[in-house]
Amino acid sequence: MLRLPEFQLLLPQSLSEALALLQADPEHSSILAGGTDLLPNMKRRQQTPARLISLRNVKELGQLTLSADEFCIGGSVRLRTIETHETLSTELRGLVQAVSQIATVHIRGTATIGGNLCLDTRCEYYNQSQPWRQSIGFCKKKDGDICWVATSSPRCLAVSSTDAAPALMALGAQVQFCSASGLREIPLSALYQNDGIHYLSKRPDELLTLIRIPRRAGQRSAYWKLRRRGSFDFPLLGVAVAVQRDEAGTVQHAQLALGAVSSRPILVEEVAALLIGQPLGDEQIRQAAEAAYPLAKPMDHADMSLSYRKAMVKSLVTSALREVRGDDVSQDRQRLMRVLG
Amino acid sequence: MKNRPLHIIGKARRRVDARAKVTGETRYADDLNFPRMLHCRLLRSPLPHAKIVSIDARRALALPGVHLVLTGADMPTTFGILPVSQDEHALCLDKVRFVGDPVAAVVAQTELLAEEALALIDVEYEPLQTISAPEEALSHPEPRIHDYGDSGNVHKAVALSFGSVEQGFAEADHVFEDTFHYAGNTHLPLETHAAVAALDPDGKLTLWSSTQTPHYVHRAVAKVLGQKPSRVRVISTPQGGGFGGKTDPFGHEIVICKAAMMLGRPVKICLSREEVFYCHRGRHPVLMKLRCGVKQDGTLTALHLQTLLDGGAYGSYGVASTFYTGALATVTYHLPNYQFEGCRVFTNKPPCGPKRGHGTVQPRFGQEVQLDKIADKLALDPAELRLRIVAQPGSLTANYLRVQSIGLADCIRSVVRRSDFSNKHRKLPYGKGVGIACSSYLSGAGMPIYYNDMPHSGVQLKLDRSGLVTAFCGVAEVGQGCDDVLCACVAEVLGVEVADVKVVTGDSDLSPVDLGSYSSRVTMMMGNAAIAAAERAREIVATAVADKLGVAADQLVFAQGRVFDAAAPEKGLSFREAVVLAEAAAGTIGTTGSYKPEKPAALFKGGGVGPSPAYSYTAAVVEVSVDPETGWLGIDKVFIAHDIGRALNPTLARGQVEGSVYMGLGEALMEEQAFRRLPPKLSSALVHRTPSILEYKSLTSLEMPEVDIELLEDPDPNGPFGGKEVGQGPLLPIMPAIANAIFDAVGVRIDEVPITPEKILKALAQKAAGKPGRIGPKDFPSVSYPAPLFVPTPWQGGDGRATNEVARPKDKRAKNV
Amino acid sequence: MKQPISLIVNGERYDTLCQPNLTLLEVLRENLQLTGTKHGCELGECGACAVLLDGEPVLSCLVLAMECAGQQITTVEGLARGAELHPLQAAFADHGAAQCGYCTPGILLTAKALLERNPCPSRSEVREALSGNLCRCTGYLQILDAVDAAAQVLREEQR
Ligand SMILES: Cc1cc2nc3c(=O)[nH]c(=O)nc-3n(C[C@H](O)[C@H](O)[C@H](O)COP(=O)(O)OP(=O)(O)OC[C@H]3O[C@@H](n4cnc5c(N)ncnc54)[C@H](O)[C@@H]3O)c2cc1C
Ligand code: SF4
Ligand code: FES
Ligand code: FES
Repeated sequence: MLRLPEFQLLLPQSLSEALALLQADPEHSSILAGGTDLLPNMKRRQQTPARLISLRNVKELGQLTLSADEFCIGGSVRLRTIETHETLSTELRGLVQAVSQIATVHIRGTATIGGNLCLDTRCEYYNQSQPWRQSIGFCKKKDGDICWVATSSPRCLAVSSTDAAPALMALGAQVQFCSASGLREIPLSALYQNDGIHYLSKRPDELLTLIRIPRRAGQRSAYWKLRRRGSFDFPLLGVAVAVQRDEAGTVQHAQLALGAVSSRPILVEEVAALLIGQPLGDEQIRQAAEAAYPLAKPMDHADMSLSYRKAMVKSLVTSALREVRGDDVSQDRQRLMRVLG
Repeated sequence: MKNRPLHIIGKARRRVDARAKVTGETRYADDLNFPRMLHCRLLRSPLPHAKIVSIDARRALALPGVHLVLTGADMPTTFGILPVSQDEHALCLDKVRFVGDPVAAVVAQTELLAEEALALIDVEYEPLQTISAPEEALSHPEPRIHDYGDSGNVHKAVALSFGSVEQGFAEADHVFEDTFHYAGNTHLPLETHAAVAALDPDGKLTLWSSTQTPHYVHRAVAKVLGQKPSRVRVISTPQGGGFGGKTDPFGHEIVICKAAMMLGRPVKICLSREEVFYCHRGRHPVLMKLRCGVKQDGTLTALHLQTLLDGGAYGSYGVASTFYTGALATVTYHLPNYQFEGCRVFTNKPPCGPKRGHGTVQPRFGQEVQLDKIADKLALDPAELRLRIVAQPGSLTANYLRVQSIGLADCIRSVVRRSDFSNKHRKLPYGKGVGIACSSYLSGAGMPIYYNDMPHSGVQLKLDRSGLVTAFCGVAEVGQGCDDVLCACVAEVLGVEVADVKVVTGDSDLSPVDLGSYSSRVTMMMGNAAIAAAERAREIVATAVADKLGVAADQLVFAQGRVFDAAAPEKGLSFREAVVLAEAAAGTIGTTGSYKPEKPAALFKGGGVGPSPAYSYTAAVVEVSVDPETGWLGIDKVFIAHDIGRALNPTLARGQVEGSVYMGLGEALMEEQAFRRLPPKLSSALVHRTPSILEYKSLTSLEMPEVDIELLEDPDPNGPFGGKEVGQGPLLPIMPAIANAIFDAVGVRIDEVPITPEKILKALAQKAAGKPGRIGPKDFPSVSYPAPLFVPTPWQGGDGRATNEVARPKDKRAKNV
Repeated sequence: MKQPISLIVNGERYDTLCQPNLTLLEVLRENLQLTGTKHGCELGECGACAVLLDGEPVLSCLVLAMECAGQQITTVEGLARGAELHPLQAAFADHGAAQCGYCTPGILLTAKALLERNPCPSRSEVREALSGNLCRCTGYLQILDAVDAAAQVLREEQR
């Protein structure tokens, strides 16, 4: 049986206690939320923090509230809660579609949204046991000095694999961080950096406490995911769109984000810009799909060939935009993602 | 026994071990715990190919709680499943041959401690060149991975010629030549291998292991540890799946036995999921070339099959696997002339071996896809073509396989009718397609792994005054339900309920030898042995009852827990009373039964692989949807018909069919044992790409289509109650049926497995660009096969011998598996 | 360093000592000898270790035992009603849903949670609910049949 290394487990009862504990030794501590990313990584010795600060008893972070103009999702709200939330599933459909396709039913019961946004980047040379990594002489991201994906690459190219991040980015989410020294709020897209090792702009002493998503009347969103199976698998490509149209059908507001195409999820504002002020016609959708295509830079370190993952950008962007337009794409969804409805 | 009405056999029933399985009470190997038990972990090679220069375990031994470190030198005797490939050491002795090859073992108080101590063992290696693929093995005879084998890095090369393919091609109207590739994949049983070794209170070594072949493990342990087999007890625990992955004796089993003997304490090992990928013994990657001659009406005139197997780093069952790639091409369709050449090479990867359908799956894929191409060319319905050429029951094939019942034609008709194949094939809209394929499989290998004249399976019965019948047999419960079959066969003959039969299985101290759960042999062989033992017991009881009732013994009926006069059913007594009478009359009652297959008709070298008491047949139609935009493939429905002879317990039989279809779908769509070779300029590394159950893709409940099954029951004269195998055969037609359905849907050929959306999309793009819409191997490398053995076919008046074979000693026959 | 912990498993309280790095899986199987809970990867990739935590299916290999103190844990050992099988267990036994039986405990518990939430699930809903449990033997279909049959029995019991 694979076992965890030894560590000190801290179970703070409140946010302030958690922050104080974190502040005491941020470099050697890890936040334990659902643990569904952290614990497997620790079992493979990809991460070996000396202290784990569990958020399990920190009730403040488990709130999900809505007001007239926004949704507020606490950092440790469970994915299952989001997935089964009725208002969310109508108003933030793209988010719910993304969340309900994360991992498995069981994992979504423990995993949190904060953990998902902070999910470690992934790579087939890295998500391996210590002995396996030893047999390739390790790599930049942990214990080594070369990147096997591109041996001349100056940086780690591990891929951002969170499903929720692109969905939330398309919905214009802001995230709040707390530390012993205060609170700050940034757009979610600013959380990410295109570096497989330093993929978050978050400081080690900061906790992700809250996600704020603006409510936009009539906005429609969708999330399309490429993976081999309808369950378990991390995204090989995620396409999130959010579109708001006026009565005449002209696009007022649009946002598009791609996941699993680089070391960070990317907000492709230039593509969204093509849609604004236009009807959401086949031609506009085609143009958007064409424009999104070159922005995806998949690497050979995950399932499915990179050419295929790239080729699928057009197809998924098209499907996602058609879905928000109101086309019945349920059959395509079912076929590609094996999800109900 | 003939014509007695059946009461238990053939009825859907809860299997005897079901309660334990649903309550969590089944004790798998890792569930065993003993006081003072220690834990073992293995240090595995980080290099694909290297000499071991030195091993220094002092730092590990210094760690408090570490009790023992073992290395290859502690167990220098070799072992291996086949007598001809005794090429493994419990721990590598002087050389490592793949990343994951076990080098040292630590036994410690806890598993975590043992794991941590591994890092403190210092091993110095001298790297050798990495041989990563078959082509490389052929072009690099040096460095040799093993110092035995046919030559260089060729483990085994064989060639057999039946009749004359040249003549067959000359008679043909068309000759088709195709190459195919079947990627390697692995069993992925949900339970990882585990074992516990301990000395019993008498000081006797006992090993509990999740093994499909306790008998062969028993032999290997005794051999390597230099123990008399009578002083070693091997118990096969119920397994959480095996599929062929637990049919080899493994180093870890021997290591913990050694440790238990040295320390006098129980020692457990439970492999991690990653380690199971290194044990492997899974499906060989096979490159194959098929030349097939056909007449205009579809009649086959000749087949020339060449295979190249990537064997990985050890022999395992490889010699048998090699022969199996050529053995069963003849049993489905009549082939007047047949030539087979096979070659297995060593590479620095985990060893390949037997997986469900052992060695026959890959060429079956090639053969069935090629038939689809032939039908297309001849403008024949592919089902009709197959019906025309189905082999004859009760015949000898070109390669001397004795085939009794053949339900293949009925299977084809069944799936064609149920799927409405003829109205769909080439008639569905673009993107939708149907494909058909057929197959056959053994009901047990006709020859044992080591040559001997003893039974392949033995069953012993104990009956006593309580009315309980205890059945002892060495079979291993992998999940297939052998305990249930044993119970049912005995209960049926003795007319008692299954609950009145207790089975004791898989324990070398208690139960007579059964060779193991492989080659779909258990129901056939154990079933027949059980019937024989039960018939003898029945006779003893009947004699006593006949005396008492004054009725002729053959007039007595054993049914519903009673023994009574057939003419006057009220005249009789309970089974228990009957046993009391018999015990009084004949003394303590114990009987035995055993089974040994008939001697094969093939007398040429290599002819030991392929013969079986009976062959099962299967036909499948698969309906697919292909999205031409994305290449995305959906399996809409599977229709399958399986010629099972008789379904002893239809619930279990159905489960085997569905499980086989599932596994076939996995192989067809996504399962692949893939490797990464790092840039040779920078590294010698050759690693399993993703040794995890997440990245080694297998179907979830969302991908599994509905399966429409018909079990065709035409009892085979050799089968127990007429039963034939069902655990492997239904896997075989799935992959080719899918490939054929894709062609029907979008007109591209994917001549390799797995068939992924990437490949379909690429083939479609090629087709759109005016190039051949095909993905598959371009050519077949030049392999220096030996000169073939020429065996005249039965219809040429042959006697099963080769005309150019030098006489060989009797016990040197190629071993069957 | 070992710390005392009390867990409520199948309605019974167990007091044991454990290190913080032990998962619920390890404590159930090794400290409490409740070996009915299985494991196939210990990385959240197979579902064999699923148990119920306050009625919801979770993977015991990815939960620290320390974090489960005070919660209701249900394992396969707690399913049967005394000597009588739970309708799900009986249906699994009758429909051939347990071949090797190794995935069975995790699937039974996952199915139990499903039927408590949704007493009348469609076949696709059952597929979806069980899509986090791999089974290598059955091809799932007999499992789907069994869940359907059990759901019917449970609905009749409710009446
Ligand atoms: C088999 C399997 C399949 C998976 N499939 C998917 C998938 O398809 N899509 C996907 O997106 N993910 C997937 N995951 C990853 C993971 O389960 C999810 O991303 C999950 O949402 C992570 O949340 P968690 O609460 O469990 O995170 P944890 O493991 O607890 O934490 C993850 C990281 O975030 C940090 N962290 C957590 N919370 C906070 C916080 N509030 N503030 C600061 N840092 C924090 C942790 O320190 C850690 O570094 C999969 C995991 C497994 C094992
Ligand atoms: S991208 Fe390169 S450096 Fe980063 S994890 Fe993969 S191999 Fe290592
Ligand atoms: S053991 Fe595989 S998911 Fe927990
Ligand atoms: S019954 Fe064997 S894994 Fe499911």
